[in-house]
This record gives sequence, C-alpha cells and structure tokens, in this order.
Amino acid sequence: MSIDTTPKQSWWSRIAHPGQFVAWTSPLLWPLTILTAVLFIIGLWFAFFNSPADYQMGDTVRIMYVHVPNAWLSQFVYGVMTVSALGTLVWRHPMADVSMKAAAPLGAMFTALALFTGALWGRPTWGTFWEWDGRMTSTLVLLFIYLGIVALWRAFDDQLRAARIIAVFTLVGAINIPIIKFSVDWWSTLHQPASVFRADGPTMPGSILTPLFVMFFAFTFLFLTLHLKAMHTEVKRRRVMGLQRRMAQGDAA
Amino acid sequence: MTALRAMLGRELRLALRGGGDVLTLVLFFIITGAIVAFAVGPDSVLLARIAPGMVWVAAFLAMLLGLDRLFRPDHEDGALILLRQAELPLSAAIAAKVMVHWLVSALPLILASPLLALQLAMDGETFWRMVASLLVGTPALAAFGAVGAAVTVSIRGGGLIAPILIAPLSIPVLIFGVGSITASQSSAALLFLAALSLMAVSLAPFAAALAISSAED
Amino acid sequence: MIDLGPHAVFIVWAYLGVAMTVAALVGWTLYDARSTARRLAELEARAPRRAAR
Repeated sequence: MSIDTTPKQSWWSRIAHPGQFVAWTSPLLWPLTILTAVLFIIGLWFAFFNSPADYQMGDTVRIMYVHVPNAWLSQFVYGVMTVSALGTLVWRHPMADVSMKAAAPLGAMFTALALFTGALWGRPTWGTFWEWDGRMTSTLVLLFIYLGIVALWRAFDDQLRAARIIAVFTLVGAINIPIIKFSVDWWSTLHQPASVFRADGPTMPGSILTPLFVMFFAFTFLFLTLHLKAMHTEVKRRRVMGLQRRMAQGDAA
Repeated sequence: MTALRAMLGRELRLALRGGGDVLTLVLFFIITGAIVAFAVGPDSVLLARIAPGMVWVAAFLAMLLGLDRLFRPDHEDGALILLRQAELPLSAAIAAKVMVHWLVSALPLILASPLLALQLAMDGETFWRMVASLLVGTPALAAFGAVGAAVTVSIRGGGLIAPILIAPLSIPVLIFGVGSITASQSSAALLFLAALSLMAVSLAPFAAALAISSAED
Repeated sequence: MIDLGPHAVFIVWAYLGVAMTVAALVGWTLYDARSTARRLAELEARAPRRAAR
C-alpha cells in the first residue's frame, strides 16, 4: 500500500502560484468571451427592437440599458478591489495583488462611462448635462479615487511593495465611500429616488426589465473577461520584469 | 506614556525649529483669502456669502502644503526605520505626529482666521461658527493627510500625488465643515463633522502605520 | 432601424460612446497581452538556461 505523500492543496493555495493560475484559468477565457458576446447581442436586440418606449421618458429610456450596468460596475469593481486588498494584506495572496492592479483601470473606465451615459441621459430628461446631485457627484468622486489609485500604481517602481501600500489606500477608500455618499446626499437632496431595487419590488414593467438585466449581465461578464485577461498579462509582465532584472544582474557580475 | 511624550516633544521641536514654516502657512492662508477677494470683486454681500466655503478651501490647501514634511524627512534620514523598531508602537508614534501636524498647521490657521473673516466681510455670528467648525473639522483633514503622506512616502517626488489621493477623501469634511457654518441644519452638520473627525483621527494612525511598515520592508 | 423619437442624437451618442470606449478597452487589453507575451518570449529565448525550470 502506498501512501500518498504529496501535500493536499486547496484550490486556494494552488491558484496562489502565478503560473498555475494562468494555466488553470486560461481555458475559461474563450467561454467567457463567447458568453459576453452572446449576452451583448441578445441585450442589444432587446434594447432596440423588442422593448417599448417608456410612457414618460420616451425612447431615452434606452440609454438606461447602458447607463445602469456601468453604474453598477463602477461600484462592483471597487468591491472586487477591496476584497483583493484584503487578500493582499491578510493572506499575502500573490494573485490578489495582480487582481487589484488589473481591476483599477477597468473600474475607472466603467465609472467614466457611467458618468458619460448619465450626462447624455440627463440632457433630454432633466434638461441639463450635469447636475450637482447626490448620485452623479458621488460617482465623480469615485472616479477621482480610481484615478488616484491608477496614478499610485504608476508611481511605484517596485510592484510587490506597491501592492501592500495601495491595498491600505484601497481599504481606506472603501471605508470612506459610504461616508462620501452620505455627505453628498446630505449636501444635495435633488434627485429621483432609486427605482429599480425598492423595498416594495421593482416598479418597472417587465418589458424594460428584461433588456436591463441582460445588459447588466453582459457588462458584468465583459468586466470578468477583461479582468481575467489583464491578470494574465500582469503575471507575464512580472515575469518579464524579473527576467530583465536577473539579466541586468548577470551582465553586471 | 513617557515615550509618547518624548515623541510629541521631538516632533514639536523639529516642527518649530524652522519657525518660518508656520509663518509661511499662515501667510498662504491669508493671501488665498485676498486672492478670492480680488478674483470675485469687492462686492461685500457676495464675499460674505461665499466666505465660509472660501475659508475651508484656503484651510484645506494650506494644510496640504505642510504634508510633505510629515514623514519624508524621517524617511530620508532613516528615522522611520528606527521608529518601527522602537518599543512605542508605530501607530502611536504616527498619532503623535498627526497631533503635532495639527498643532503647527491647523491651529495657526484658526488663530489667523479673524483676518480672513475681516477680508471676506464675515459677520460676528458666522465668524464664531466658522471657528467652531474649523476646530472640529481640521483634525480630520490632518488625519487624512497623514494617510496620504504615508502612502506616498516611498515614492520619489510623491509630494505631488498625495493631494490627489487626499482630495476625494476630504470632500465630506469640506461639505460638513461649510454646512455647519451656513446650512439650516448647522448643528447636525457640526455633529457629523465631529463624528468624522473622531473616526478619522482614531483610524488613520493604524492605516498610516500599515502603509509605512509595508513601504519599509 | 426603428424610430428613436426626438432625442435620437443622445441615444445614438450614448451607445456609440460606450461602444467606442469598450472597443478601446478590449483593444488595449489585447495589445498589452500580445506585446507582453512577445517580450516574455524574446527574453526567454535569450536566456533559455535560466528560464527553464
């Protein structure tokens, strides 16, 4: 009888090896890409051909199908970064660093898109591109935080050391975002109340909810796909940097 | 406790040795007020209306000026590494630094604020409310500043990036700070401001200590 | 194409802007992946002894 002496590894520690992580998650990329594309095709078809114009907002309701998913992603990506920051600080998980770095520019982009579509939605419905109201203002502040984090990543030479420092800042930001949201809401009370998720259930008709949910998942999967791809690139970039450093040392010796 | 007191004494002596710094800060604060008056025009009604906001903006900018000397000199001469080895926890040492930062860069501004109030045609009642809001709110600015300075201490030329990081975090302080002077619910705003200051001051030293010990690894 | 009503310009621009930004994001991600992979391959070819583990 042979005794299995190989240490039992959980998936958690197995994906901690960057090369293993890339090898394990590479087969996921194509299915994710196809799923995203299919969701976008269905969502766009619903959004343009199979949903009625809203009786109040008219056809401008169609902007909602790109605005709401981006607004959701602007917060979801920060959530991903916060969880990754905890992974970096608490478990020193190497993939958490990579995930944090890959997510930051994506989050900034989705937040910018949320603001852009929000402005284009606001012009016909409220008559102004920009209103200093609670939700738009706190999204703008969130964009500033994202851009600060991206700038911080670019400022550091040593990416391993940068990860822990940026994780601290990401967590400080995560604690602050609800406070910022609260203060901005207090500061300005002019806005329509949230109407998708209300305590008494959604008030929108199903014909509008269907494209909204399909687009919502399409954008979420778009983020997941891009995030995974960017993480693979980041792993490779670190290997490039390591090799370059070793070659430089070899040349010097 | 003696270690903390020694730390406070060291920081105060270091900060006050170049006495010019405090004076520069106060001058910057006053000159910002004058620039606002020049930019907006000598309309005292308009000036009085925007005065609370302008005082807070001036205080925010002036407190950013002194940020770079919070950790950078200690990082450059290696004192931060020694502080990490010390018996006094790093977070306590940073708390002492934040207190001294407030004493040398916020308290002088509050003492100089009557001049700014005069420039911006502020009336008596508003002035006292402004002093209260500055007293309650500036500790939060000092605390956020410490986090920003700690995060950027190991970046060469990081003095420029810290304000970008701190500004979004400081928005609630400015909102409640100005709100506690002007808004109809000013006492509620002052309480929010106090809560924010207490939270920031109690948590920031730990966050800053974590950032600094990661930077010095 | 269906009639988008009086505010068609805003709807079209919103979708176009999102499409262009997403396309740029995808393009940049792919470009970054390709160029990094190419540099990695180059470096490993130059130092095959060290890269082989």
